[in-house]
Amino acid sequence: MATALKDQDNVASAERVVVRFAGDSGDGMQLTGGQFTLSSAMAGNDFATFPDFPAEIRAPQGTLFGVSAFQINFGSTAIDTAGDRPDVLVAMNPAALKTNVGSLREGGLIIADTGEFGKRNLDKAKYEVNPLEDGSLAPYDLLAFDISALTLEAVKPFGLGNKEALRCKNMWTLGLALWMFDRDRQPIVDWLNAKFAKKPDIAEANIAALNAGHAYGETAEISGPLKQHHVDPAPASPGLYRTVNGAEAVALGLVAGAQLAGLPMFFGGYPITPASAILHHLSRLKEFGVTTFQAEDEIAAICSAIGASYAGQLGVTSSSGPGIALKGEAMGLAIMTELPLVIVNSQRGGPSTGLPTKTEQSDLYQAVFGRNGDAPMPVVAARSPVDVFDCAIEAVRLAVQYMTPVMLLTDGYIANAAEPWKVPDMDDYKPFEVQFLEDVPEGGYLPYARDRKLARPWVKPGTPGLMHRIGGIEKAAGTGHIDYSPENHAQMTGIRAAKVMGVQDSIPDQDVTLGEPGGKLALVGWGSTYGPIHQAVRRMRRDGHDVSHIHLRHIWPMPANLGDLLKSYDKVIVPEMNTGQLKTLLRDQYLIDAQPLTKVTGQPFTIAELELAIQGAS
Amino acid sequence: MNDMTPVTTTLKDWETDQEVRWCPGCGDYAILKAVQRTMPQIGGDPANTVFISGIGCSSRFPYYMETYGFHTIHGRAPAVATGVKLANPDLDVWIITGDGDGLSIGGNHMMHLVRRNLDCQIMLFNNEIYGLTKGQYSPTSREGTTTPSTPFGSVDHPAEPCSFALGSGARFIARGFDVSKDLPDVLKAAHAHKGAAFIEIFQNCIVYNKDVFGEFTEKKNAATGQLWLNDGEPMLFDGGTKGLALNNDTLKLEVVDVADGDWQGAGVRVHDVKNRMMAQMLVEMPFGPFPKALGVLYDDPRETFESAVVEQMAEAAKGKTPNLQKLVSKGQTWTVTDPGPDL
Ligand SMILES: Cc1ncc(C[n+]2csc(CCOP(=O)(O)OP(=O)(O)O)c2C)c(N)n1
Ligand code: SF4
Ligand SMILES: [Mg+2]
Repeated sequence: MATALKDQDNVASAERVVVRFAGDSGDGMQLTGGQFTLSSAMAGNDFATFPDFPAEIRAPQGTLFGVSAFQINFGSTAIDTAGDRPDVLVAMNPAALKTNVGSLREGGLIIADTGEFGKRNLDKAKYEVNPLEDGSLAPYDLLAFDISALTLEAVKPFGLGNKEALRCKNMWTLGLALWMFDRDRQPIVDWLNAKFAKKPDIAEANIAALNAGHAYGETAEISGPLKQHHVDPAPASPGLYRTVNGAEAVALGLVAGAQLAGLPMFFGGYPITPASAILHHLSRLKEFGVTTFQAEDEIAAICSAIGASYAGQLGVTSSSGPGIALKGEAMGLAIMTELPLVIVNSQRGGPSTGLPTKTEQSDLYQAVFGRNGDAPMPVVAARSPVDVFDCAIEAVRLAVQYMTPVMLLTDGYIANAAEPWKVPDMDDYKPFEVQFLEDVPEGGYLPYARDRKLARPWVKPGTPGLMHRIGGIEKAAGTGHIDYSPENHAQMTGIRAAKVMGVQDSIPDQDVTLGEPGGKLALVGWGSTYGPIHQAVRRMRRDGHDVSHIHLRHIWPMPANLGDLLKSYDKVIVPEMNTGQLKTLLRDQYLIDAQPLTKVTGQPFTIAELELAIQGAS
Repeated sequence: MNDMTPVTTTLKDWETDQEVRWCPGCGDYAILKAVQRTMPQIGGDPANTVFISGIGCSSRFPYYMETYGFHTIHGRAPAVATGVKLANPDLDVWIITGDGDGLSIGGNHMMHLVRRNLDCQIMLFNNEIYGLTKGQYSPTSREGTTTPSTPFGSVDHPAEPCSFALGSGARFIARGFDVSKDLPDVLKAAHAHKGAAFIEIFQNCIVYNKDVFGEFTEKKNAATGQLWLNDGEPMLFDGGTKGLALNNDTLKLEVVDVADGDWQGAGVRVHDVKNRMMAQMLVEMPFGPFPKALGVLYDDPRETFESAVVEQMAEAAKGKTPNLQKLVSKGQTWTVTDPGPDL
């Protein structure tokens, strides 16, 4: 941040601030973070968030693995990442302090609840001495006071039990944070009233805690680290804004895509982290002609979606790694029967169950190659929660125009992270209405006839005179009858590949996201690494480095000009949250010496890591 | 069954120009003919009919029906059918599956389709063998079945398809066999049932599991081996000289002799297609001491899955207009009027 937190003025102004709320899974840190995000949005700041929670639903209280954290980076300038190192760490217990203090920037501020730093909790966090008292936190500013007791005091009039009263701690903390950053409390009060409409005493208690936290900041005689800061609104083009996370944006994009195609939508899903939220969102949108089906497993989820596409709806299915693996055979069926289908993969760390709640981009091979046989399929990857809206529409368009399954890649980070979103004007989107074949065409009906895009006609069962049979067995070109003959299989394999390659004709050339075509160094990314790559390249360019950022949306096929574009740089580095999958693809497709920069810790890249790589390469 | 307007067709209208490729003498031929004979009788409309199958010899079936057809992947026909029917409840959906396809790899889907009560006909061709993969034992093979994968005989207990279906919550259970002249009647009853209609069809795989059902399907064994059930009629077989009675002490079925047609006197029970307990006992009667129960064993419709889904969608959408612009503008919003500096 531009201004040190310890400013002499009454209200200091800062350009950007990173705050990390950390506590026990039961402490409500995700809610606190979410509401703080909302207040940042209302204050007109740009922001990016990073919810980081444990895989266990209710991990034992006070343990290191039970810590749940929420990080937000907000500012008056463009924000693309949730921030490398927090400026402020709110630690609700010793475990939260221990697991998060390492990432706090030097000189950063720690706010800790002394009420939770008793012997039991210190033991659970494996602290032998109380870190609040042993001087080990000297590199930071420390503000430790008994938030638990202050909360109990604030909610006393409402007569809640001890446990319930302590639940209000997160609102007390949020109140303090709102004061610290000069924020309006009213939206949170409204939200609490709506959330606890049926339990007004709980709403009142939470509001009282919120107000108490705020008042504490305002009135407490704290000399030292606690200061108020103001972050100006970020420049933004005029218009209506809202916050959106990736899971919701996928759902909205799919609905928009189906509407633009003029189709009802069928969504077959089976719960899995972090993909479930898409099913949850869609299941509420019945008025848009969206049927959601929670199937018995991922195989049934995709197969039912294929059945729905066959019957004339837009079939969609969604999962993450393990579930996508189960869907593999059925994807082949959709490829063979040439039916439209959108498969959304919200990637998480793998293999197997892997890191269910952490992020990774390690399913790229699976998306492009992960099926039996020569089974090509377009693959589209979203870079951010906002971007996934357009990517979903694009996936639907490709699916219906090319009569093919399409894989849409997002990841755990995109699914959970929230961003401000300038609400799109839906009139700006060109419809791509589907034309079903309804009459026997001149010269007779062939189920595997081709249009200019090499797509076959889509015929709904129920249409008189066009009865036909399809299936996973190799089809004769044209008639679609079973045909195992060597020439036919070679021909059909070629057609399927050419059809998918033909997608290049309807996608834009690859642009340079930041920088210029040609030069010393390009960082080529895809997916949610967009933010850190972009910021790193921006900063290094400011420092005079010849470096550009290229970010792919179309992973397969890749834009037609990509090879030439990449060859116009002396050096190409591919940062990925896997062990180098896009790198392999680029080397294979273009015979270029693309260099990997990999990270597989389940955490996003930091800007600093990428800056270091740029420095090393230029 | 769907509520369709009857269409006039003949058997020929249901035949495709494709060469049928089962082994000569395979029971599948007879089943195909029985279906093609049934369709005109139920007033079926080829354009509105969809046959959906998995993988196996039996699953080749859709290619031979001049209707819409989808030969899917091994075991997954029920899942594909669920999507088809939910997307268009007006279609008349028939699932074709085998004992391996429907009860082994696809057992999970079968259970859930039956449980949900999707309106469709499920024809499970039970030949107690994996035909297409050249004769390995299947989940319905009897203990001791010798096959290439069980050279010393299979040791696991077979599944009883109708019992499986009942346990999954089926509301219609019937049995027939490939060359039976009564198969079309069984199919008609299944089609008339609104909901998931489960039909087990004993099918002779003459190459890998020849005549395993001969003890009751062959003419000479028909009288003693087959008990055809009809709703409201006494459960009699062997020319009316034998019947099924319920022993009130053991609560078990037993075979009783009927003299001079006095079945009442012999305590023979009247078949009630709505009696679920009886259906369970009928499908589990061991063959040998008992005949094979055939025909409609159980038929007691209740609300179907797709109608419940459609109803809920209509209810939830009531009074709401689908406005995409409004949808994307939902949630907590704010308006930026001043673009701020350096844009
Ligand atoms: C995923 C998968 N596994 C295995 C197979 C091989 N396979 C094809 S059919 C079949 C068994 C078929 O048995 P059944 O369902 O009884 O049909 P039948 O051939 O006897 O009619 C098997 C194992 C396959 N096609 N797909
Ligand atoms: S292998 Fe058996 S089931 Fe398959 S076609 Fe031949 S006879 Fe019929
Ligand atoms: Mg079989």
